[in-house]
Amino acid sequence: MSTKSFRFVSTDRRVREDRRFVVGKGRFAADIAAAGTRHVALVTCPHPAARILAIDKVAALAAPGVHYVLDGRELAAATQPLLAGLDTPKVPRRPIAVDVARYAGEWVAAVVADTRALAEDAAELVRVDYQPLPFVLDGEAAYAPGSPIVHADHGSNVLLDRTFVWGEVEKDFTESPHRLSLRVKWGRSSTVPIETFAVLASWDPWREVLDVYASVQMPRFPDQVALALKLPGSSVRVYNDVDVGGSYGVKRGIKHAVLVGYLSRRLGFPVRLVEDRLENMRAGDGHGPERNFDVEVAFDEMGVIRSMKMRALDNVGAYAGRSPFQLGKPISAIVGPYRIQSVQYRAIAVTSNKTVQEAVRAFGQSPTNYAIERAIEEVARHRGLDRLEVRRRNLIRADEFPYLIPSGTTYDSGDYHAVVDKVVARADYAALVAERDRLRAQGLLAGIGMAACLEPSGANSTFEPLLNPKNETTTYTDSCRINVDVSGAVTATIHTLSAGQGHETLVGTVIGEVLEIDPDRIRVVRPDSLASLPSQTPVGSRMAIMLGGAAFHAAQKLKARLLAIAAHDLKIAPERAAYGAGDVFDRTAPQNRRTWIELVTIAHRNFHRLPPNTEPGLAFAHVMQVPTGGRLPTADGRVQMYPCFAFEFHLLLMTIDPDLGKPEIKRYFVGHDCGTVINPKIVRGMTMGGIAHGIGAALYEEFAYDAQGQLVAQSLMDYLLPSAHEVPPVEIVHHVTPSPHTVFGQKGSGESGYLGAPAAIASAVNDAVRPLGIVVDSLPIKLAQLGDMIAAARDKSNTVEVPK
Amino acid sequence: MRVELIVNGEMRTVEVEPRMSLLDCLRERLLLTGAHAGCEHGVCGACTVLIDGAPARSCLMFAVQADGYAITTIEGVTPGPGELSPIQDAFCETHGMQCGYCTPAMILTAHALLADNPEPTRADIVDAISANICRCTGYAQIVEAIALAAERMRGLNQPARKP
Amino acid sequence: MKPASFEYVRAADLDQACAMLAAGDDTRVIAGGQTLVPLMAMRLARPKRLIDIARISDLAFVRQEREGIAIGATTRQCVLERDAVVRAAVPLLAKVMPFVGHAAIRSRGTVGGSLANADPAAEIALVAVTLGATLIYRQGAASAEIAASDFFIGPMMTALPATACLTAVRFPRWRDARIGVGFHEVSARRSDFAFASAAAQVALDDDGVCRRLALGVGAVTACPLRLDTVAKALEGTRVEPAVARTAVRAALADIEPLSDLHASADYRRRVAASLAVRAITDACRAAEAAHAR
Repeated sequence: MSTKSFRFVSTDRRVREDRRFVVGKGRFAADIAAAGTRHVALVTCPHPAARILAIDKVAALAAPGVHYVLDGRELAAATQPLLAGLDTPKVPRRPIAVDVARYAGEWVAAVVADTRALAEDAAELVRVDYQPLPFVLDGEAAYAPGSPIVHADHGSNVLLDRTFVWGEVEKDFTESPHRLSLRVKWGRSSTVPIETFAVLASWDPWREVLDVYASVQMPRFPDQVALALKLPGSSVRVYNDVDVGGSYGVKRGIKHAVLVGYLSRRLGFPVRLVEDRLENMRAGDGHGPERNFDVEVAFDEMGVIRSMKMRALDNVGAYAGRSPFQLGKPISAIVGPYRIQSVQYRAIAVTSNKTVQEAVRAFGQSPTNYAIERAIEEVARHRGLDRLEVRRRNLIRADEFPYLIPSGTTYDSGDYHAVVDKVVARADYAALVAERDRLRAQGLLAGIGMAACLEPSGANSTFEPLLNPKNETTTYTDSCRINVDVSGAVTATIHTLSAGQGHETLVGTVIGEVLEIDPDRIRVVRPDSLASLPSQTPVGSRMAIMLGGAAFHAAQKLKARLLAIAAHDLKIAPERAAYGAGDVFDRTAPQNRRTWIELVTIAHRNFHRLPPNTEPGLAFAHVMQVPTGGRLPTADGRVQMYPCFAFEFHLLLMTIDPDLGKPEIKRYFVGHDCGTVINPKIVRGMTMGGIAHGIGAALYEEFAYDAQGQLVAQSLMDYLLPSAHEVPPVEIVHHVTPSPHTVFGQKGSGESGYLGAPAAIASAVNDAVRPLGIVVDSLPIKLAQLGDMIAAARDKSNTVEVPK
Repeated sequence: MRVELIVNGEMRTVEVEPRMSLLDCLRERLLLTGAHAGCEHGVCGACTVLIDGAPARSCLMFAVQADGYAITTIEGVTPGPGELSPIQDAFCETHGMQCGYCTPAMILTAHALLADNPEPTRADIVDAISANICRCTGYAQIVEAIALAAERMRGLNQPARKP
Repeated sequence: MKPASFEYVRAADLDQACAMLAAGDDTRVIAGGQTLVPLMAMRLARPKRLIDIARISDLAFVRQEREGIAIGATTRQCVLERDAVVRAAVPLLAKVMPFVGHAAIRSRGTVGGSLANADPAAEIALVAVTLGATLIYRQGAASAEIAASDFFIGPMMTALPATACLTAVRFPRWRDARIGVGFHEVSARRSDFAFASAAAQVALDDDGVCRRLALGVGAVTACPLRLDTVAKALEGTRVEPAVARTAVRAALADIEPLSDLHASADYRRRVAASLAVRAITDACRAAEAAHAR
């Protein structure tokens, strides 16, 4: 795909969705009213593990406005467990705990009342008798034999323990002159959208359809709701035109939807659950990876890494949905942007008595990038080499693409060195180093941080069969349908919900590009799930590629039909028909043409003028399979995971007040290559937002637990989301290496910034504190802890220096 | 209890429990759903409205406390059907949002800032919006929107400062 | 997070408010609500009755008095931020106001509300203790006064009787010609509750000798601390940072700092010392630059 100039793609167009948001007319799940709706509040378990001995509902049922109190046993009898990704039938997951509660905050009963306030009043009156059980919180402890087992029937806390060996790892280690190992920890944080999960379900017994309005981002949401509720798939209608107030992966909401879906059917009125922030933080099941990485690398005297062993242990919490797959997706870029020749990767997922983990932006790639970048920095330090230079030596070269990595994925395209060079030039790296040294001379700690990493994009479900061979899924789709009506108006469809990614703008731009008409003329609508074609929703940084691709192909089909109709009507050979901005003309005699409206009229109203065997109307759909997809893994676990790979390089300057331990980012640069950019405003927003997320994960955010298994960061007072003060100005440098796999050369960008910012910030902190002999190997890096480390190091050096 | 609220220049009478927050009252009784609930404990700012022109967290007020003040919601700064104020338009120009959930709060905060300070520095803008958490944008395009709005409004033929 | 039900009453005047407080149990006053409402939303506070005192005009004022200024309990924090009398008479209070929460909190929150809430990290409380302010309250028909250092007795705990209502706080005014103030705090994010804070007010004579010093540290212990020993050590001298540091460290050696998920006790003790020295240094520098009145 060459970098040609486009008419609309890559131009600085406004995002059409913005119009409704700036006037407060977004349609969020909690905005939707249905007559007769009742409200749910949850009764939660206060213990990290407990047997539920008895639930006394009497007082609650007698409270004003209360309609029902649902317990886990009743719900379990009427529903199927929620789908898990791995083959772990003895680890069932249900919306409400059945007999045993497994984390503090887990839902043990649901109260339905006329208002949310009345439901909360009644929830306080539900008396639950618990027998506290032993519990385990730490991931390594949960993995070790002898610790309390979260799911007794499963026999251990291990959901996944699989080792892959790609290439001749032992030989590469033996033959390398140097090796080093390190452990790094990625703390438990998540995306924590400002809007909590909200769902309204209404069962229509006459049509036998469950209407679901939910703030959701989840593949297979409609059919999983149906499965759980033992309904046919066509009895669940999910509304795709609900605006989602941020998700970044976590808004799966399957337990919430099954809960209210059941209640609506049982009780005969619409039922709504809007998580309050406490329910959301403790039991929304939206926590992120909590991971220990043990990394060992084998390298030469130039700092070139030949082989890597990585053990990743993830504490997924008390139940497993898709979260163990967050150890699988990073296999798609397991060597990062580097030419590491062989890899041994051990993926371990364990249960513990913590809140359940869900898919977080980039699905495990950011923690993995952090581990890889820590390793390469240690290699540089080991060899006494500049960290930038060592990265340059290890980066895959532009002339090596397409590049096959040991785990079986081929990186489509890239020019990593060019991006690094651009950032270095924009930042004036030498001046940055001089600035760092000047700040050090003033008594501050100062460090330069950097990180190079990939954004696997386009998504695919290949990690599912890789980690669960019983699940032979190789299809990953999206779709678009275009209809031109009798008046000539163009309407296109999106078959999923969006959370601010600008998909309507994307579709309009792509179709406008193909049809050479103003994108603002393209109406974009979202049919409900019953009227939709298959979509896997905006996960895995896929929509520019997949929705853009589907829209493109549907538009091409439309264009082909217009050409055919015109050629037939003009009585010319098909090769002479040329398309131009909605009209079709004879390229040898351009005055012979049919206009857009003439062609539309023929299609809709003049059957006698259509070519033979042509469907009337102008309706075209395209259901697109992910490029490069469609194959199962090999026996030794190699497979093409995602099709496209964007690249980013972060470079920042940070100071740390040595007395306070307080970090401050002074300059921040990022180079970003996501191929062809379809809408620059959207892509920039993604990168900036991702960096802000990354700053949060690196410096502020943690779902901390105390020794009693209680989540200490229960509200936004203790879980610290970065405000505008905490995000510095960022300069973005662009580069474009188009993907050969996509219609315009676009790659994904929805995870950009978040993929590399935590690694880059860790790099800056370590550069700043290295002179004191401190190494920081876990995230988040909290300022008080950093302050304590600095003070301890200074005390130690003072003790050493003072004579006698 | 019966409360008379002055919302967007109009007197509205509502019947509420004392414990109903101003936020819930605006959303559920008056169907002004532009103000959003993000935390209900006064941290995220998504519920921001203007009380006598100053940003305030509507989740931290009970409706019964709110009579007698001029309450402005996002619906009240929208000029008319299909129209955008200069600030709203600036937010569209810079794409100062993604999911839109914090956006009404940001825009109202911008209104208050620019009424008080028509030539804000970047630091002034950052300070003003620091009470509103955005999880999507990383703030850059929001700051640019407010700076752009300030620049455009200075060019408009209207008083620079409210009395 | 909806609060438990309560009855709401708006007091017409202070007498009525105090009478209602004295009569009922589980009754609380509400003014700005910025600290009370979150507690009620989480059901950590569940008053049966709320008495709204926000509209009692007698309780909202900034008044010059002979010895200082008096500020009514329901005076909004944003008013203090902008008030010229406050800036002139109690510069330390003016200095800390921008650090109190966010502008949106200050537009509704009141001085009395902050004081009565008694968060260990509260800036207004720190200034009150540092400068030796006096709090005035009404219980029933009787008025009483209490020194700030006696008022705060623990984290979120005050000596205010359960049926009493704060009515005003009096800050002393220093008459010295050359006064400077300094304030530093450290928190994770700019507007968060501080992990440690320090406030200093200094008066210098014409030769640059410290005539008077008031120093307090906040967020470190259950209540704000005034460090009188530091004042004694530095008054009458030309303030040297090294001497100040020694005096501050000695003053903090025996305190019992708070420890939580945000910061350890060691951190708080150590950083309080750093911030105290910075605050003193800033105050001295500002006093040097101050013109004689």
